[in-house]
Amino acid sequence: MNALFFANVTASYGTRRILSGITASFRSGAVTAIVGPNGAGKTTLFRAALGVLPSDGVIRVLNHDLKNWSREELARSIAYLPQGSDAHWPITAKRLVALGRLPHHKPFAPSSNADDFAVADALDRCEAREFAERPINELSAGERARVLLARALATGAPILMADEPAAHLDPAHQLSLMRLLKEEARRGTAVIVTLHDLALASRHCDEVVVLERGTIAAQGAPEQALDDATLARVFAIRALRVREGDGSAVLAWTPL
Amino acid sequence: MHGVAAQQDRRIRFVIGGSSSARITLALLVLALGLSALSFFLGPADVTPSQLVAGLFNGHGAAGVIAREIRLPRAVLALFVGAALGASGAALQGLFRNPLAEPGVTGVTSSAGLGAVIALYFGLATISAAVLPACAVAGALVSAGILYFLSRAGAGVMALVLAGVAIASLATALTALALSLAPNPYAMSEMVLWMMGSLKDRTLSDLVFAVPLTLIGIALLVSAARGLDALTLGEEAAHSLGIDVGSVRRRVVFGVALATGAATAAAGAVSFVGLVVPHLLRPFYGYEPARLILPSALGGAALIALADIVVRFADPSEQLRLGVFTALLGAPFFLWLILRLRRDA
Repeated sequence: MNALFFANVTASYGTRRILSGITASFRSGAVTAIVGPNGAGKTTLFRAALGVLPSDGVIRVLNHDLKNWSREELARSIAYLPQGSDAHWPITAKRLVALGRLPHHKPFAPSSNADDFAVADALDRCEAREFAERPINELSAGERARVLLARALATGAPILMADEPAAHLDPAHQLSLMRLLKEEARRGTAVIVTLHDLALASRHCDEVVVLERGTIAAQGAPEQALDDATLARVFAIRALRVREGDGSAVLAWTPL
Repeated sequence: MHGVAAQQDRRIRFVIGGSSSARITLALLVLALGLSALSFFLGPADVTPSQLVAGLFNGHGAAGVIAREIRLPRAVLALFVGAALGASGAALQGLFRNPLAEPGVTGVTSSAGLGAVIALYFGLATISAAVLPACAVAGALVSAGILYFLSRAGAGVMALVLAGVAIASLATALTALALSLAPNPYAMSEMVLWMMGSLKDRTLSDLVFAVPLTLIGIALLVSAARGLDALTLGEEAAHSLGIDVGSVRRRVVFGVALATGAATAAAGAVSFVGLVVPHLLRPFYGYEPARLILPSALGGAALIALADIVVRFADPSEQLRLGVFTALLGAPFFLWLILRLRRDA
């Protein structure tokens, strides 16, 4: 099922057009990577889907037009992990994850059993239970990334969008992040993630969307979307293709 | 190793756990009410507490006048002025996600002061008792509105604090201009003394405006509380959690303007309460902006009640003004906080 669908979507910041004629769909139960050079419009695509940035064209969320969604309904449908996410106050990891339950709350309502369960479950899945009671600023970067992801998972939304979640993570944490995203997709969630690392995108994602200056350059299975011609045109690189067991990956190798 | 972590967990739970923070809130409430009662019973006039209580309820004789006209307005105003400033500080810090934000630092207090001085200078305050608080609230609203538009335009926290400095300087300069144009020396001295902040010689009519405006202001701030919690994750994340970030900003700006404007109209410029109180209480409430607002109101109420007692007893002629006293305490605290934040960064 297409959880998120864009048809001929155009969006601008002021007079500067960032996205033009985007048509793309994102499946439930799959991890889709959005890749593209800096400024290609990856984050803008997310902003359009969240309704933060007004756009022309059609955006359908769970088969309903974005324009018909209320703010609260949309918040329950799309969990979003912005780029460079962090907490501005040293609240505990558990309280931070609990913020992910806000869309399910009426103002001033206490947390329900379902909330407590979702928070505990998200902490467990992200292996963050052991430092749940510690202030977020005392955690390592890898631990913090897991807690922030747990916050997005706690919402229990059918769509998860994460903007550059792998940035600033060491290789082991990058791999564990991708594993968590795949697990989330296996539960039926449409996971959409922007990545700069083509190896992560090709090795761990089910589909890849390549953005180039606000348009879709390619989309499909990783090997197909990241073919040599696309990589040369969009990134101006030549790639190395690696096969190991049942997996394969694309490595950025030399600039053209 | 595991034992140490578990012990630390318990310690953290003890400090910020639900029941212990509820106890601290209750203690703050008792402290604020107790200090306010103490403020009511203490004073230069030679009246016993029982005479004051009797005077408060039947209003007869000297004790009645002292209780109803002098002590009660002062004791109650201390609570509301402190509550307004404490809650405003906590909410502004939550909105700007910075512990340095405060009505005084962001220029809201001095703008409210300017509004009030204009009311006094042009004689508007004699038209109706409502004009002075209305002008103070309007002044606060202008500066809070400027901060609002700057923050909406994406200005960083440092830009907002610097804008606050500029707003405060402008308001002070305009106030000085109004003073130098003051029609008579008496008006000038009245304005100067008033600007230094005091709860001396306040009447029940001061309460009529200060109490409801403060309550409405704090209610607005509380209504923004969950949005402030979400803003802990930044504006985009807050938006994606279904929070109307614009509405949160508006509520905080209006709430702060109402509460701080009312407090300034009633007590003059009293700074740094909104800085010190939330900062001291924050660790006890798990650094969560939403949970900090009401305790900061209670803590502010207790601090102003205490400060008002101290200024009266340090110098019975009250040459030491309340606003001067809080600034003497608060300004070094502010500098210390900046140094500490720099070190932590």
